[in-house]
Amino acid sequence: MSVSTGTSASRRGSPAEPAAGAGSLPIAGVTAAPQARPGRGAPAGRHRGWLRLISPIVVLALWQIISVTGIVSQQKLPSLTTLWSTAVRLITTTSPTYGTLQGAMAISLERVAVGFAIGGSLAVILAVIAGLSRFGENAVDPVMQAARTLPLFGLIPVFIVWFGIGETPKITLIALGAAIPLYLNTFAGIRGVDGKLAELGQVLGLSRREMIRDIMLPGALPMILVGLRQSLGVAWLALVVAEQINANAGLGFIINQGETFLQQNVIFVALFVYLILGLLTDYIVRLIERRALTWRRGILET
Amino acid sequence: MATRNPGDLAAERTGPGAVAAPEVAAPGVVAQTRGLSRSFAGHVVLDDLDLEIRSGKFLAMIGRSGTGKSTLLRALAGLDRDVTGDLTVSAPVSVVFQEPRLVPWKRVGANVSLGLRASDPRGVARSALDEVGLAARADAWPLTLSGGEAQRAALARALVRDPGLLLLDEPFSALDALTRISMHALVLSLWERHRPAVLLVTHDVDEALALADRVLVLADGKIAHSADITLDRPRDRDHPDLVALRIRLLTELGVATRDVD
Repeated sequence: MSVSTGTSASRRGSPAEPAAGAGSLPIAGVTAAPQARPGRGAPAGRHRGWLRLISPIVVLALWQIISVTGIVSQQKLPSLTTLWSTAVRLITTTSPTYGTLQGAMAISLERVAVGFAIGGSLAVILAVIAGLSRFGENAVDPVMQAARTLPLFGLIPVFIVWFGIGETPKITLIALGAAIPLYLNTFAGIRGVDGKLAELGQVLGLSRREMIRDIMLPGALPMILVGLRQSLGVAWLALVVAEQINANAGLGFIINQGETFLQQNVIFVALFVYLILGLLTDYIVRLIERRALTWRRGILET
Repeated sequence: MATRNPGDLAAERTGPGAVAAPEVAAPGVVAQTRGLSRSFAGHVVLDDLDLEIRSGKFLAMIGRSGTGKSTLLRALAGLDRDVTGDLTVSAPVSVVFQEPRLVPWKRVGANVSLGLRASDPRGVARSALDEVGLAARADAWPLTLSGGEAQRAALARALVRDPGLLLLDEPFSALDALTRISMHALVLSLWERHRPAVLLVTHDVDEALALADRVLVLADGKIAHSADITLDRPRDRDHPDLVALRIRLLTELGVATRDVD
């Protein structure tokens, strides 16, 4: 898993891990505020990065041993080597049952990208409206808080009635799932911006646009990035669920087919692809974080 | 609530309790209050205060903590909308706060030019930083500056707006003694070059004596005492006039002065 190497190595100097994992929707404002971490030097951080690799490797090794020795049957838990050859076969051959793995991946990625783009941008716009005035808060926040408590996947039947069984209900589900954590964190981030800086903006005569662009959004950025990561996690989760209903392409479809044809190894391969894609998007957000929050590293460098 | 623009000349603020129409300020007056009052939850902080700030004058205001020095300054800066009475400010205002308030995600140069309406904001910011001796740190992140450097950047940011009235809210109180002395010299030289009216709020009598043309003592929400200083700067703090005035001011502040001289 070369992906996790990069992920852990990049952790140094990035905001705290979101409190809620990919699967659970965060509660308003509960997410830990990112903190600069002085006192952790570069060598120590790199060392730590390698240490973090040990436990995943142990898990994978145990998996392989349990499967190969037959403690758990290959039918229930295919060995990693079997999964590898399955993956190679799915990539190199086009089967009528599964299509190709990379084709499915592209379709899934596209769904997440479109859904996330719609949901994410709506979330930020709504959070700015709610964050900047009492009126906006009263108008937007109750609805968003109510939406937060809705069971996302309970909406699937409703979406099917409204939007049919094509792409629309899937995209809507992903957009809604992604919007909520991003909204909550952005809103909390804007409200958490130092009031003294807002006052400064007033003294300097900043226009409303400048206030949002130069003070509010950058001030909220650490929280926005935490929200972004949670949001992407939910988006992937929503994708899996959405794709297992009425899909005829994509990773979820492959899982469904694997289930139908009792091919456990195909299901595991698809799950691994989800995992890798999830880690990859997370890694990209961390890279953005490192670039966008350079100003905070100033403390660490001196 | 419109955002106040420092370029907005003759910004006139009248509190809800104002009765008479505000008088037009006399020429040479950049800010004026008549019967200015402010209370917080029934506790009166400013009580019917009259103040006139003439252009180019360096005023220092001292007072015990909680006497409303900062409240008055915030009112003049347009940051307090709940004052009553007449308040006329007829010049662009800049403020330097007790803490530098640099925007941490903007480099020092961008902090100075933030919100600046000029044809070449970067160039203007550079020369302002040059004036406070910080040209070399224009591209630094604010969090890497020392306390003195940060406060100098804040001064540059205030001056670059060409204020007619510069409000300084205990800007040196968080600095060490040596840095404070060099900041005094810097403020004086900047003031002499740009000649804004200055209102310096401080709790340090010696600071007021070293810098100001006039020292005001604020007590019980009013100006309790006012003393003019005509000595040339830089001033010898042991000058007999200053020693006498120091005792007088400390007495006004209610501080025992037996051991001062």
